[in-house]
Amino acid sequence: MLNIADSAAAAVELIHDGACVMIGGFGVAGQPVELIDALIEHGAKDLTVVNNNAGNGDVGLAKLIQLGRVQKIICSFPRQSDSWHFDEKYRAGEIELEVVPQGNLAERIRAAGAGIGAFFTPTGYGTSLAEGKEVRELDGKHQVLEYPIHADFSLTKAYRADKAGNLVYRKTARNFGPIMAAAATHSIVQVSDIVERGQIDPEVVVTPGIYVDTVVQINRPQQQDPREEGAA
Amino acid sequence: MSVPQNSDHPLSPEELAEVVARDIPAGAYVNLGIGQPTLVSNYLSAEDDVTLHTENGMLGMGAEAHGDEVDPDLINAGKIPVVETEGCSYFHHADSFAMMRGGHLDCCVLGAFQVDQQGNLANWHTGKPDAIPAVGGAMDLATGAKQTFVMMTLKTKKGQSKLVKECTMPLTGVGCVSRIYTDLGVFLLEDGKVTVRETFGVGFDELAQQVDVELTPAR
Repeated sequence: MLNIADSAAAAVELIHDGACVMIGGFGVAGQPVELIDALIEHGAKDLTVVNNNAGNGDVGLAKLIQLGRVQKIICSFPRQSDSWHFDEKYRAGEIELEVVPQGNLAERIRAAGAGIGAFFTPTGYGTSLAEGKEVRELDGKHQVLEYPIHADFSLTKAYRADKAGNLVYRKTARNFGPIMAAAATHSIVQVSDIVERGQIDPEVVVTPGIYVDTVVQINRPQQQDPREEGAA
Repeated sequence: MSVPQNSDHPLSPEELAEVVARDIPAGAYVNLGIGQPTLVSNYLSAEDDVTLHTENGMLGMGAEAHGDEVDPDLINAGKIPVVETEGCSYFHHADSFAMMRGGHLDCCVLGAFQVDQQGNLANWHTGKPDAIPAVGGAMDLATGAKQTFVMMTLKTKKGQSKLVKECTMPLTGVGCVSRIYTDLGVFLLEDGKVTVRETFGVGFDELAQQVDVELTPAR
């Protein structure tokens, strides 16, 4: 049954020390800023975080890293012009990094939500990111064995939810939202708007409510201007 | 047997982007990598009917957004705000990469640190011990698209050829590059053989002396 939380703080209260937390967003689009802020306030530590990047500037995931709450990050593109908090922790040996090709990251998250035990893919074959992994020649191509990434919690952002937990997104802010919600044991979603059942056309639902555990309405989410963000 | 020299000077990135754009077939689905390859979109016209893919979840990506057009929820893989085109669509990250990994994209254009004569690509990691590795979607693009084109300057700032016998930098993909567009010429790669299709600002013989790879003139 869907839990509609009164506040971002209430939405994240179950997140425990040592949890694996997926955080949605690509650049500023789809970043659940208020949920990340609530997680910072909440104080959970020794987290494993799954995100495309490793934080930008001084807020959100970057701040969580700066505060030393993240012991491991699984991501595709940690190094950016403004990822200084991650860079510092990484160079000091205070954070573990698993770099994953972005398509493998997405597919491993999808696989977790779909109950797939593992899969073979040509991506990464012959590169340092496939070292030590099983390789098979399938369909005339060398393919690398990859495992799903499961999470205890996901923090994502959608545009609108109904009271059945069905979600719709806006434009490229969709990115990792649907697959992370499915991959996490407990998915937490911030939305700009919660409407009654029946008020989202079932034909346009992107994430069906079965994947959603907690929603919280954040009326005017903070969103940085993409032009102020670091490149790549 | 002579290779056409199609310019009296090495091409600028813009001129090279125009050459790449002319080679993209009408109706193709294309992903343009971050950096120089992005310029190619400036030389695609509506009649070409080329659909641009951006890996953060959109087909039919339009031009860079300015002023009131900027929507923080609508950015490209380089995190630059863009606009929609008519007929565009949105999808989540796993679908976006399935499109790429499933061989549905006709071509991608990527930058490179090194490409070797076997079509191996190095473009994600300098391999320096203090460098923090960051791969993004490069490995998926290199391996997944039907054709992988590289667009780069032929030489490093220190004057070394980036077209090499064997890559010394960490690989992004194995045997994936079929064509290299550079300021000094266009190279076609097939079964370990490097054919020069055209040159810019140099003749074939002079170019062959600058590259430590055996070059074959196009017939």
